[in-house]
Amino acid sequence: MSAALTLWVKGMGLWAPGIADWSQFCDVVRGNATPGEVTRPLADALPPNERRRAPESVLLAAAAAGQAVTMSGRSAADLPCVFVSGHGDQTITDYMCETLATAPTELSPIRFHNSVHNAPAGYWTIATHCHAASSAVSAADFSFGAGLLEAATLAVADDRDVLFVAYDIAGTGLLGEMTRSTGAFAASLVLSPHEEPGAIRVDVSLVAGNIAAGPGDVSVLAPIARSNPSALGLPLMEALARGAPQAVRIAAAGNLDLHVDMESLR
Amino acid sequence: MPPLAIRAFTATSALGRGVDAHAAALAASQTGLRRNDFSSAPLDCWIGRVDGLENEPLPDDFTSWDCRNNRLAWAGLAQDNFMDAVRTARETYGASRVAVLLGTSTSSIGATEEGYRRKEDGRLPRDMAFANLHTPHSLAGFVATAMELEGPCITVATACSSSAKVFATAERLIRLGLVDAAVVGGVDTLCDSVLFGFNSLELVSPEPCRPFDAARRGISIGEAAGFALLERIEAAPDAPRFVGYGESSDAHHMSTPHPEGLGAELALNDALARAGLSPTDIDYINLHGTASLKNDEVEAALVTRRFRESTRASSTKGFTGHTLGAAGILEAVITLLAMRDSQVPANIHADTPDPQCGPQMAWTREQRPVRVALSNSFGFGGNNACLAFAAAERLA
Repeated sequence: MSAALTLWVKGMGLWAPGIADWSQFCDVVRGNATPGEVTRPLADALPPNERRRAPESVLLAAAAAGQAVTMSGRSAADLPCVFVSGHGDQTITDYMCETLATAPTELSPIRFHNSVHNAPAGYWTIATHCHAASSAVSAADFSFGAGLLEAATLAVADDRDVLFVAYDIAGTGLLGEMTRSTGAFAASLVLSPHEEPGAIRVDVSLVAGNIAAGPGDVSVLAPIARSNPSALGLPLMEALARGAPQAVRIAAAGNLDLHVDMESLR
Repeated sequence: MPPLAIRAFTATSALGRGVDAHAAALAASQTGLRRNDFSSAPLDCWIGRVDGLENEPLPDDFTSWDCRNNRLAWAGLAQDNFMDAVRTARETYGASRVAVLLGTSTSSIGATEEGYRRKEDGRLPRDMAFANLHTPHSLAGFVATAMELEGPCITVATACSSSAKVFATAERLIRLGLVDAAVVGGVDTLCDSVLFGFNSLELVSPEPCRPFDAARRGISIGEAAGFALLERIEAAPDAPRFVGYGESSDAHHMSTPHPEGLGAELALNDALARAGLSPTDIDYINLHGTASLKNDEVEAALVTRRFRESTRASSTKGFTGHTLGAAGILEAVITLLAMRDSQVPANIHADTPDPQCGPQMAWTREQRPVRVALSNSFGFGGNNACLAFAAAERLA
């Protein structure tokens, strides 16, 4: 096992079908509620005109990110950010490939510039006036773990708080059969290298092998955990929602797991 | 930051396969651009194309990864004994101690496009129905599989800064002791998404791109693969050094740069600070220089206001085209060649220099020592990166 990266989780955000935010998620995890009606992700960090025209992936990522940043009490403008997605905006990829197959010169310029994998990072940094480093990464089914590792190393190496966002939307069209993504999910954390009262300490290390179990312990969340690559991070988010000491394994690459040791919330 | 050794590096682009083909074309100031002959209905523009990939399927073990982008990755890995260097690193450190960190903008999407063109009964054709082919991570997933590496593995996709930012990720992982070596780089290939996409934004030039020309008309799109193997300097004390990086966000617009180059300058300042350098230390800057109206205007102004007159600067996109997510690594390799060969590449195709340009611009090739150099990469979404390199002896 590698030396551990020690971090404090200062903010958390989440959107899943029927779970609009972190506090609803906590209620579901603690058995006090079940997922309700599916609502549109509330991306209130984006200005209203951007909220209207932003693609689904951007709204979803910004909704989760906004919750985590608000909880952290930090200003988004100062936070470097790492956005990870297994498949990016599959609706736009499907549109692009369909259009290119039939009428390539009619490709929409707006859809093209929204098709870049870093569209959520771009919209987010523009909306929050963030000039810090922003990244957009991908790692297929290892995306949540690989993105978390990128965010955690950035926080420790640069000694500053970092925003981590994982998101994936449902697959569409011919592509959907390949990605097997059946629903949308986003989760976000503000990670800090500095201790703070109320923040949850996590120690992250690399371990050879993939023993990360499938879904976590909450049965109503099991279908969501299987719905897309980002949702494979649910066991970690469930553990954070419980706030009890626990160890979680999250796959970060082929034959490589993140081992996350979590302290109890004081 | 503690400098890192660049144990091995390689590039494959329209200039040829391997570093010597690049060095020869740069020495001759000979472009690799050609009239667009890609796709069934080629747009009237110029491209930087790598010949022969159509007839070079991946070995049978990798059929589920076979697409133009991964073929170019495979062709690129085969140059300059790069695979041997990676094998040695794997044997020295262990498979889980070597990271694979690669940048791309469109990865294998050319395969997805083809699948849609050839759809059968509303599904992708059976010979293309592999999940590995239809995901942004296809590139790094393939390279890690082919090189049998089991360390951290990510694909960075921040448009045209992608394969510059992987150097930063590698530095963090090595400094924190999580890995001992990293394969960094990137691959992007010609595909309809980028040709018709940039065309829809009216950013594609009908003639070979002319970076920093007053009458430039837009970009020429190219394809490339490039790789570098990074290790701690104790492991390769004579190798050229990666000494600094800067990353920033414009927070301005999705597809046009900040008008005053705010993000670009923040990335520059970050790179200089991490490297412990000042602008006067810089011998050469490989510019982003896409030949788009806005990029070159902003970047020319930045160079003019921040660097001494004798610092040399050029864009090499007139040679290779804009290789998008591979531009960061391709131009890092070109910068390392400038250092190796004591040769500043020409900024070709600029017949009438933009008046914004200062005396730093190298309009023609120059023979002179290059010991400390920068490479700029700026992407859509206002995503900026700047890399700093130095010859080993400078820091000895």
